[in-house]
Amino acid sequence: MKRVVDWNEFSFKALFWLLSLITVVALIAPVVVILMLSFTGEEALHFPPTSYSFRWYKALLSANELQESFIISIKVAAITVTASVVLGVSAALAIARSQKAWARGLETLFMSPLILPALAFGFAALMMFSVLGIRPSLFTLSVGHIVVCVPFVLRTTLASLAQLDPALLDCSVSLGASDLYTFRRVTLPLIGRGVASGAFIAFMSSFDNVPVSLFLQDARTQVLPIYLWDIIQNQLDNRAASACGVIIIGTIVLMVLMERFAGFSRFMK
Amino acid sequence: MAGAMEKKSNEWRLALPLTLFFVVFFVAPLFLLIGISFQAERRMTGALGLNQYTAFLGDRLNLEVLGDTLLLGVKATLLCLIFGYPLAWLIARVSARLQALLIFLVILPIVTSVVVRTFAWIVILGRRGIFNDAIVALGLSPTPLHLLFSETGVVIVLTQVQMPLMVLPLVTVLQRIDPNLASASQALGASAWRTFFKITLPLSMPGIIAGVILTYTACVTAFVTQSLIGGSRLLYMPMMIFQQAMDLQNWPFAAAVSVMFMISVLVIVGLLVALSRSRAAQLYG
Repeated sequence: MKRVVDWNEFSFKALFWLLSLITVVALIAPVVVILMLSFTGEEALHFPPTSYSFRWYKALLSANELQESFIISIKVAAITVTASVVLGVSAALAIARSQKAWARGLETLFMSPLILPALAFGFAALMMFSVLGIRPSLFTLSVGHIVVCVPFVLRTTLASLAQLDPALLDCSVSLGASDLYTFRRVTLPLIGRGVASGAFIAFMSSFDNVPVSLFLQDARTQVLPIYLWDIIQNQLDNRAASACGVIIIGTIVLMVLMERFAGFSRFMK
Repeated sequence: MAGAMEKKSNEWRLALPLTLFFVVFFVAPLFLLIGISFQAERRMTGALGLNQYTAFLGDRLNLEVLGDTLLLGVKATLLCLIFGYPLAWLIARVSARLQALLIFLVILPIVTSVVVRTFAWIVILGRRGIFNDAIVALGLSPTPLHLLFSETGVVIVLTQVQMPLMVLPLVTVLQRIDPNLASASQALGASAWRTFFKITLPLSMPGIIAGVILTYTACVTAFVTQSLIGGSRLLYMPMMIFQQAMDLQNWPFAAAVSVMFMISVLVIVGLLVALSRSRAAQLYG
């Protein structure tokens, strides 16, 4: 039998592979460009660099403002993740165990910061703090971040609770374990990966947040992404590239660790 | 038995802390925002009225900014769909090893800072950047294109930045489609294209709609990308809210603009959800 080329099949596959290839290249390109650029040996930010060095990484060591904003961002992200995990996991336990309408309603409410424009929420929060006479601080920043980061923890925790066999909890309780003991020894180990993945996304999302921070920070609590945003927009300092390089390397390391220990990518779908 | 009943009814208490937190720090600010948008005067004297809304709707420039923003989202979302769908289709088909690698590459941008990624695009799209070098070298254009500070540039970068939000729900849905359906279609003589349009595409509709909702809302509210790539000449709604609120300190007007923007986004999301319900009704009776 003669094998004829199926042009229809060929054109379909060729187009789909080509488009996928473009997308994959476009997805990785920015990360590669910034990493290369951060090692430039030149004064000007030109791509591709003609020489490579660590000079702009060394320059970060004396960049005081940048370091301060980095520390503030880490602090806010740490507070945000801790509070999001405590509030989000307990709410997820309640929502997952109930089939009632209030549970669906609460889930929609808690997830809605993902859909609403974060900037409008940031502005609304600023007005409320101002009405209450609370000045922008680490506290206001963290509160704003918790609202926009809780959905991530809630979503991954609900996803892992859905996989949890309720019979295991009944077993534990009928064997005489208290609720708290059951939670600690049965529930938590089984949903731990989901919680950890949500916490990781919440951390990265808080660390990267601009629209809420813009309204809730003041001069003393400038966060890293806004500081970088300012540099990029105004003077385009080479230290922006090396700072971005540090962020990228840190992100990749954390992501590989999360994938290794929590199977993080399963919770992103 | 009574003990079990009592325990079941107590479980809602676990949701109480987050509910309180949301009522105080999310619901209350939003109601305050709506309230302040009805303040008749800029100095917020307490007089109520629709002045801010008539001021917004009465100026054609404002409506153009709203229209530009909503359209920007449509353009970037369509590009995400056109370029993201094939990748999701591929991810659902390749070996487990390659699949894990591709998903890692798709997720990496989500967790990488948006400021960082946008910065990279400034370098790539600049007049002497690699993108323009390639275009001139390939003879596609005699001179470098003005991509930075142009809408085309904003659309390109938004597409890249929000792409994962489109690809991930599509992968989930495409993986669930029984591969036997496509095989059956081809065994019965349908071409690859016909099988795609008659079988795969309709069955992946829930993923498309989920992806479109996530991508669209992210694109229209993407303050960082819009302002860094668009520059000061291109004005979109998030920047307009920021300028009115912080630079001009006109809170009632900024509040009204925020409300108009949120309503527009919610209406579009609502239409998409309604569309997905009617599609589901058509498909599954």
